Amino acid sequence: MERLFGRAWLVLGHESQVLAPGDFLTTRMGREPVIVVRHVDGSIQVLVNRCAHRGSRVCEGPRGHARQLVCPYHGWTYATDGTLCALPLAEGYDRSPIGVEELGLRRVPRVETYRGFIFASLAPDGPSLLEFLGPLRASFDDLVERAPAGEVEVAGGVFKHAYRGNWKLVLENHNDGVHPAFVHASSIWAARNGAPWDVWEKTGLWVARYGHSWMGDYHDDTRLVAALDHPVFREYRAALERRLGPERTARVLGELRWNSLVYPSCSFMSQFRQLRIIHPIAVDRTVVHAYSFRLKGAPQQMFRDTIAFANVVNGTASPVLTDDLEVYERVQDALTASRNEWVELGRGHGGDVPDRDGTLRGRTGTSEIHIRNQLAAWLEYLDMGGPEGRADAPAMAPQSAQRSEAPRQSRNAPRPA
Amino acid sequence: MTDSTGVSEVERFLYDEAALLDGGRLDDWLALFTDDATYWIPLEAGQQDQLTSASIVFDDRRLLGIRVAQFTHPRAHARMPAPRTVHQVGNVRVLADDGHELRVRSTLVMIEFRRERQRTWGATVEHRLRRIPDGLRIAAKRVDLVNAEGELDGIVAIF
Ligand code: FES
Ligand SMILES: [Fe+2]
Repeated sequence: MERLFGRAWLVLGHESQVLAPGDFLTTRMGREPVIVVRHVDGSIQVLVNRCAHRGSRVCEGPRGHARQLVCPYHGWTYATDGTLCALPLAEGYDRSPIGVEELGLRRVPRVETYRGFIFASLAPDGPSLLEFLGPLRASFDDLVERAPAGEVEVAGGVFKHAYRGNWKLVLENHNDGVHPAFVHASSIWAARNGAPWDVWEKTGLWVARYGHSWMGDYHDDTRLVAALDHPVFREYRAALERRLGPERTARVLGELRWNSLVYPSCSFMSQFRQLRIIHPIAVDRTVVHAYSFRLKGAPQQMFRDTIAFANVVNGTASPVLTDDLEVYERVQDALTASRNEWVELGRGHGGDVPDRDGTLRGRTGTSEIHIRNQLAAWLEYLDMGGPEGRADAPAMAPQSAQRSEAPRQSRNAPRPA
Repeated sequence: MTDSTGVSEVERFLYDEAALLDGGRLDDWLALFTDDATYWIPLEAGQQDQLTSASIVFDDRRLLGIRVAQFTHPRAHARMPAPRTVHQVGNVRVLADDGHELRVRSTLVMIEFRRERQRTWGATVEHRLRRIPDGLRIAAKRVDLVNAEGELDGIVAIF
C-alpha cells in the first residue's frame, strides 16, 4: 500500500467538482483520507483530512464548501491551503517546544492536473505526471476533445459500489476481452447484443509503462448512437466542427478507445464518458466510485444517453456489474486454496509486438498482456526504493511483461502492496 | 374497500406483490406492470430527475423485462443461487386517488439471504397504481433505499 499507492500518481477527481474557492471534496489516496480543495488563489490543494491536534477528521461528507476548514473537536481552524490560522486558548501553547503555528493540515506533496483531471502523489519525487501518463494522455485528450466546447464536467451523480475482493481484481478485469462471453452470458442473452469472438480478437490492446493499458478500435459511433445520421448526432458533429473544423472532427470521432486504465487507481471510457476510481480498503475489500461526464456544448440528449449507459453498466444493481462483482468475490475466496499456488496469465504471450511511443500491443485483443504489464509494474513499485530496495532497480519498461519476467504469477501476487 | 379482515384492496395488492417476489415468481410479478410502467431506484435522496441523474435502477417495461429474463438464465452468476427474501410491507398510505390512478406510499423492510450472508434493506416505496377492469396494475414504482447514497455491494435482490 505504501510503496504503490504511496508513490504512484492517483486520480482524485476533476476540476469541475471544485470550481469556486472553498469548494472541496473528500476522498482517499490508498489509506490516506484527503481533502481536495480550491484555495483562494485558485490553486487546487490536496490536504490530509486529519487534524494536526488530536487527529479528528476535519471535513465530513463527500463534498462541501467552506471558507476555512474547522475541526469539530476543539475548533482548530485551517485555511484552504492547510495553514493553521486560529485555535482556541492559544496561550496554552506559549511554553510548548513545538511552535504550534507551524502545525497545519499535511499537504500532499505533488498535485497536478491534466486536461482538468486532478492527480496527486504522496511521494515528494518521482516521475512527472506527464511522464507517468505517457501515451495514456491521448485517452484523456480523447475524452475532452469530444466536447464541442473543449471541456467536460462531472455530472449526474456518483455510483459507489463495493466488493469483497482485492483491488487488483477489478483492474485485471477491465481490459479482459474473454470474460464477457462467460461472465455476462446471461445479460448478453437477455439483451441479445453480444459481440462475436472475432470482435474481441481484433480489438487493439496496448500496454504502456507504469502498468497502464487501453483498448481501442472496438466500437465505432454506429454502435453508440442510433445512427450516424441521427439528428442528435448530426447536431453534435456540427457543434464539434465549429470548434475543430471537419478534418480534426473526423480525427477526434475516429479515435475509438474503450477502457483506458491508469494503474493503479483508475479506469475510464473516454468514448462513453465514464470514469471509475478504485479505492483499496482492505486486502479483501474494494470500493469503486463511478462518475459520468457531460460534454460541454453537446446536445442534451447525448448526456441522457450517457446516464442511461451509466445505469446499465455501472448501476449498483446492474446485471452486468453484479456479475463482474460476483466473479471477483469467487476469485478472492478460491485463491485461499493452497494446493495450487499459480494462476495462468500466459495468453498471447510471446506474440506481443512493440508499437509507437514505447507501447506494446497485444498479439490479439484478448492477450493477457495488460495483466502481465500491471504485475510487472506492481513488482517494480514494490521493489524500488523501499527499505531493502535495490538502488539499481531496473527502469520500468513494458518489456518486463515478457515471458522471462512474469507469465504466471504466484497466488500471493493479488495481495495489496 | 376492505375485505372481511379489514385489509384494503391496495394493501392486498402490495402484499400479493411482495409474496410474488418472495416466492421467486418474477414473471408473474412482471405481469403486474403496465406496458408504459417504470421501475425506479434513485441514487440520491429526494432525486427528482431520471434522465440526467444516474439511478441504481431506472427501467422502463422493456428493460425490466430484460432484467427479469437475465435473472432466470442459468449463467446469471450473481443470482445463482437466487437470494431468499422476505419483503415486509408496512405503513401503507394512499396519498392521492383520482379514480383512474392512485399514489400509494409504503415502507419496506427486506431481509435477504444469499451465499452465507444476510443483508437488511429499508426503503420508502411509492407506487402509482392504475385501475383496470380486473383490479390494479403498477404504472410506476419508486424505491428509495435508505442507503442509496452509500458504498454498496452489488444489489441482486428485487425490491
Ligand atoms: S482534534 Fe482537531 S481540534 Fe482537537
Ligand atoms: Fe465485465
